[in-house]
Amino acid sequence: MRTDCEPNLRKTCLRMVYELAKQDERIVFIGSDLGAGVLEDFKREMPDRFFMEGISEATVVGMAAGLAREGRIVYVNTIATFLTRRAFEQIAIDVGLHRANVRLIGNGGGAVYAPLGPTHLAVDDIALMRTIPGMTILAPCDADEMARLMPQTVEYEGPMYIRLGKGGDPILPNCFRRGEPGSILIVATGTASQLADAAAAQIGAYFMHLQVLKPFDTLCLLRTVQGCSAVVTVEDHGIIGGLGSIIAEALGESGLQRQLKRIGYPDAFLYGYGTQDEMRAAYGLSVENIVKTVQELCGITR
Amino acid sequence: MLGERSKHLRRLIIQALEGGGRGHVGPSFSLVEILRVLYDDIVKHDPKRPDWPDRDRVILSKGHGCLALYAILADHGYFPLSELSNFCRRGAMLGGHPEHHIPGVEVSTGSLGHGLALGVGMALAGKRTFVIVGDGECDEGSIWEAALVAGKYKLSNLTVIVDYNHRQSYGTIEEVQPLEPFRNKWHSFGFMATEIDGHDIQALNGMLIQENRPMAFLCHTVKGKGVQSIENDPLWHHRDVFTAEDANRLRAELA
Repeated sequence: MRTDCEPNLRKTCLRMVYELAKQDERIVFIGSDLGAGVLEDFKREMPDRFFMEGISEATVVGMAAGLAREGRIVYVNTIATFLTRRAFEQIAIDVGLHRANVRLIGNGGGAVYAPLGPTHLAVDDIALMRTIPGMTILAPCDADEMARLMPQTVEYEGPMYIRLGKGGDPILPNCFRRGEPGSILIVATGTASQLADAAAAQIGAYFMHLQVLKPFDTLCLLRTVQGCSAVVTVEDHGIIGGLGSIIAEALGESGLQRQLKRIGYPDAFLYGYGTQDEMRAAYGLSVENIVKTVQELCGITR
Repeated sequence: MLGERSKHLRRLIIQALEGGGRGHVGPSFSLVEILRVLYDDIVKHDPKRPDWPDRDRVILSKGHGCLALYAILADHGYFPLSELSNFCRRGAMLGGHPEHHIPGVEVSTGSLGHGLALGVGMALAGKRTFVIVGDGECDEGSIWEAALVAGKYKLSNLTVIVDYNHRQSYGTIEEVQPLEPFRNKWHSFGFMATEIDGHDIQALNGMLIQENRPMAFLCHTVKGKGVQSIENDPLWHHRDVFTAEDANRLRAELA
């Protein structure tokens, strides 16, 4: 379902950093040995606010926090799993504890780098970032949504993690789809939302795309859940600590008695390579399997 | 021999140790002259305006030496001396590691190896920045990552000060993780590196100089300096229990 002619989520994000930086002198960009030519315009036009550092995630995050303490708004970009795992303590302490205005942009959230193996998969990044007090987590699903979100990241106070997918994802026309009365609600985040929306359309289920995972709007979720018979979560992330956990926690304390099924990666390192779509499908992240899961749940709940 | 001012600052540390009934003793005592010279003679600062934008930045990356920092900050009037006696108590301003909400404390530290990267960021933002690291702390790879960046940008407004007391928690630096040739390491990372006596006030005033690249001062110090019976004693790195009796003994020996 991926096509190269669609506007690119990742490129849009970095392009917005450049556009925003042109309008706001506080904005600084730091990359950690990114691909050749990334943000060439930024480097040429605003060289004193463009830093391309080495393969040193911990230091890049620390530097970003230092710059943020001096009033800068710092956008840091590198591969999601190296950022969130390697530099975790710097994110927690230097950025989190100081409520620094650092925006961490993680490339390849989910199984984007499936062909590169388990060292490169970011399927625990949401779980890790959620544990940091005050961390805002964004997981937009397409380039248009990214373009709407990015301007809001400038004035926002406190740290932020922005999870990027591969890019080139189809544009999701709506973040919400009304299902048949009493049908199941499918909740998804990031670029898994396109799959969830397609599945919901097929079977007349409710669909909800959540781009802000923290702080989490529990009330909004529960209002929707009230009209639904059960909930299925769909995420390109492990089921431990991600969207599925967030929804389980919210439901568990709500008093609403609803069956929940989480679709995502299990408690395991992911082997097998292949494309992102193949990796997703192998663990049930496909339109077909979401439909099947919903139908099975209907059997239970009816 | 320590001057009266150095003894006075150590007495303030003892006041906090006694008040809290615990604390890092050795790593604070080795730092006293370094911080005294910084705050008395070198750093541009104003205790009445801790947030003054034009102040120089001081980062105590070896956060466990915080008692020496609290003593000099209290002495300069950043907060009342009486706060020292509440050290580590529930609800106190001053705890076992420095926190950025304390007047005069630039950033929160405690987990080692963070301060230099933060300092690089501040130096890149144009601020004159001093980062105090421990020798044991230089085991952390993140220190050397940040040193690479400082060298790359030739950050002439950045000064690293190493409290080279030659001892870490378990034993000597030489035994646990040798650092020599230490000065050469800093030099090869692009620093102008100098070794000085970290208890010699006159020598420490040499930290005022700035070159066209970052500076590193390896300050040879003595852990527990000033109280002979605890000097270089690993049992006095940190005390879980520090009694009024301990306080009286240390005060007596200091005099």
